[in-house]
Amino acid sequence: MKHIIEEESKYAASAKAFRANVARDLGNEELRSNFRGAMDYLMDKRKSAFSSEDELEVLREQCKLIKQRCLAKLPHLLEQLEGNLERNGIKVHWAETITEANEIIAQLIADKKGSSVVKGKSMVSEETALNDYLEERNVECLESDMGEYIVQLAKEHPSHIIMPAIHQNKKQVAKLFADNIEGFEYSTDVDTLIQQGREVLRNKFCQADVGISGVNFAVAETGTLCLVENEGNGRMCTTIPDLHIAITGIEKVVEHLSDVPPLLSLLTRSATGQAISTYFNMISSARKPGEKDGPQEVHLVLLDNGRSQAFADEELKQTLQCIRCGACMNHCPVYTRIGGHAYGTVYPGPIGKMVSPHMLGLEATTNLPTASTLCGACGEVCPVKIPIPKILLRLRQESVKPKSQQPEVMKGQGAGRSSVEALIWKVWAQVHKSPTMYALSMWGLTRFRFLMPKKLGGWTSVRTAPKPAATTLHQRVKAKQEKAKQSQQERG
Amino acid sequence: MQQLNTQHLRDYPKKPKQVYLFGTCIVDSFFPDTGMDAIELLEREGIEVIYPQGQSCCGQPAYNSGYKDEAKAVALSQVKQFPLDIPVVVVSGSCGGMMRHHYLDLLGDDPEINNFCQRVFELTEFLVHVLHLKPVDQGPKEKVALHTSCAARREMGVHLTGNKLISQLANVELVIHDYESECCGFGGTFAVKHADISAAMVADKSKHLVATDAVRYVSADHGCMMNINGALDYQKQSLRGEHIASYLLNRIKGNSSKGSL
Repeated sequence: MKHIIEEESKYAASAKAFRANVARDLGNEELRSNFRGAMDYLMDKRKSAFSSEDELEVLREQCKLIKQRCLAKLPHLLEQLEGNLERNGIKVHWAETITEANEIIAQLIADKKGSSVVKGKSMVSEETALNDYLEERNVECLESDMGEYIVQLAKEHPSHIIMPAIHQNKKQVAKLFADNIEGFEYSTDVDTLIQQGREVLRNKFCQADVGISGVNFAVAETGTLCLVENEGNGRMCTTIPDLHIAITGIEKVVEHLSDVPPLLSLLTRSATGQAISTYFNMISSARKPGEKDGPQEVHLVLLDNGRSQAFADEELKQTLQCIRCGACMNHCPVYTRIGGHAYGTVYPGPIGKMVSPHMLGLEATTNLPTASTLCGACGEVCPVKIPIPKILLRLRQESVKPKSQQPEVMKGQGAGRSSVEALIWKVWAQVHKSPTMYALSMWGLTRFRFLMPKKLGGWTSVRTAPKPAATTLHQRVKAKQEKAKQSQQERG
Repeated sequence: MQQLNTQHLRDYPKKPKQVYLFGTCIVDSFFPDTGMDAIELLEREGIEVIYPQGQSCCGQPAYNSGYKDEAKAVALSQVKQFPLDIPVVVVSGSCGGMMRHHYLDLLGDDPEINNFCQRVFELTEFLVHVLHLKPVDQGPKEKVALHTSCAARREMGVHLTGNKLISQLANVELVIHDYESECCGFGGTFAVKHADISAAMVADKSKHLVATDAVRYVSADHGCMMNINGALDYQKQSLRGEHIASYLLNRIKGNSSKGSL
C-alpha cells in the first residue's frame, strides 16, 4: 500500500513539479525535435487516411453515438458483459482502485505459482503501476510491445499512449540496446533495431507463465475481448502462456459486436492513419477441450479508478467516450512542445488533462486543466467528438469553486482556488457589468497609461509590454458623433 | 484534405440598414483605431453603425479561467446593451465565438439569449456573407500572411472568410505560413499561468510568419496579435500584424498600412 502511495505521488502533476518538468523538457532540443517530427508525421498519416471530410464527419458522428449509447446503459452493459464472459469461461474481477486491481492480479499469478509475466501493451496497467507492484513481489514483468520494451529498458514511462517511446529517436534507441542487449550489433537502421529487439522478446514469450494484456473493446452481447495491435505481441501474450489476464477500464464496454467495426476503423485511422491494424484479436474463451493452443485460464480485471466519478456527471461523462487513439495529443500544440513526460501523469496530452483529475484528484492535477490555450485542435480531431476544450473549462470551474460548495462533483474540488484570484475576478465582474465603473476604469487606464510597467512577469520575458491607447474606442466614437452633430448644426 | 467546420454554417440575413458594433475590451483600451476602421468600413457600405457606450467585455477572460458566475454577470449585462433586433458585429473571432456559442451555455437557452446569439457575427463573416463585400484594392503590390485565431477558425470559420477577403485584393499576394492553423500560444491567462509554454509557442509562430517574407500579417483577433506583435517587437523583427478591418480599409483607400502594436 505504501508503495502505491509513492507511485501515485511520483505521477502526480503538482503545480511545482509540472513547472519544473516543463522547464526541463522545453529546454531539451533533441526531445523537442523528436516530438515535433513525430507529431507532424502522425498528423499527416491521419489526414491521408480519410478520403473526404464528409466521410470522416459521418464516421465521427456514428462513433460518438455508439459510445454515448453504450455509456447511457453502462451499468447494465457491464452486468451483461460479466454474464457472457463467465458463460464463455472468462472470469471477471472488479477493482475499484488501482491497489485492488494489482492485488487481484498478483493473487491470480501467485495461485498459479507464476514468476514471469510477458505483457502486451496496456495503458491501464501503467495506470495501476502494475510492473513495479509485481516486481516487488518477485514476479518478473517483460513488456513485449516494442515501444513499451524500449521505455522499460530505459527505466522510463510511456510518453504517448499509442507510441510509448515516441520521445526517443533511433540513435537513442540504438544506444539503449547497445547498453542493454547482449550481443547487440550496433545499428541505427530501424528494421535492424526492431529485429534484434524481437529476438530477445521471442525467447521470453515461450518462457513466461503469465500473459497480461489490455482490451480495446469488451463486447457485452457476446462476451468478447477485442485487442488492437500491430506487432503480434498481443496475440503471443494472450495465447502462449497458460494464464492470460486482461485488464481494462469500465468504459471500454460496447453493447454489440456490430459496434466494433466503425470504432475500430476510426481508432486505427485516427491513431496511426492505418485503415486497420496488422492484428485484431477477438478473445472469447480460454482453451477448450480438444483445442491445441490457447491459455488454460482467462481473466478480466475491470478497473474503476475514478471513472464512476466522471460517469456521475452528464458533462464529464463524455470523458469516458474516449477510445484512446491519441489523436488529441498528436494535434496538441502544448503536447508537441513539452512532450509526454512533463505532464507527470500516466496519460499525457489533452486526454490526460481530462481523465487524470478523476484518477488522482484535482489537488494533484491543478495545473493540467489550465495548461491549454483552448485552441480546440484536440476537439476537432477527436474521433468520438468529445468536446475536450469544454471539458477542460468545466474542470477549471471545479478547480476554482469554493471547497465547501455543494454538491461536490469531483475529488479535490476547489484545489486551484486562490482567494486573491477569486477577489480579482469578483472586482473584474463588478467593473465590467457596470457601464459607469467600466468608463471610470478605462479613463484611469488611458489617463495613467505612462504608469504601465515595462515588465509584466512571464509575458515580457519574450515580448514587449502592450501600451494602452491615449483615448478609448468609447471616447473616439463619442467624439466622432459630437463632431458630426456639430457640423450638422453648422450646416443647419 | 481541407479542414472543414460545420459549426459556423448558418443562415445569413439580407443586408441590414443598421448594425451594432461590439468593439471588445482589448480594442477599446489598446487598439481603438481598429474599432474606428471597422466602423468606417461598414459605413462605406451604407450601414449605420450603433456603438452602445454601455458595452465592455464579452466575459471570456473570467469564463476561460473557470469563474462562471462572474462571466455570467458580465455576459448578461452585455446582452442588455444590444436590445434592437439588428446584427451585432464583433471585431474579434474569439469574442464573437464566445457571444455566439458560449453564451447559450453560460446564460441558458432562453428566447432573449438565443435571439442575441443568432444576431452575433464576426466582422469578416459579416463582410463576406451578409454584405458580399468586394473590396477594390488601391494599395501597392505586396505579400501578406494571414493568422487566424483558433476560436475564430474553429467557432466562426474566419480562416475561410478572412482568406476570401484578402484573396479578393488584386495587388495582394496571400502567402501561407508553415503550421498556419497552429495556435500562437496566447490563450488569455494561459500566457501568464504557463508563460514558458506560451513563449515556446509564440517563438514558433513568429518564426513561421517571418519566414514567409510577407511585409505584414493580418489577423481578425487582437489577442493573438498582442502576443505575436509583442514577440516580434521583442525580437526586433520588422514584421508586424494588422487587424483585418484596418488592413482592408487601407487597401480600399490606397493608404499604406503600418501594423499595430
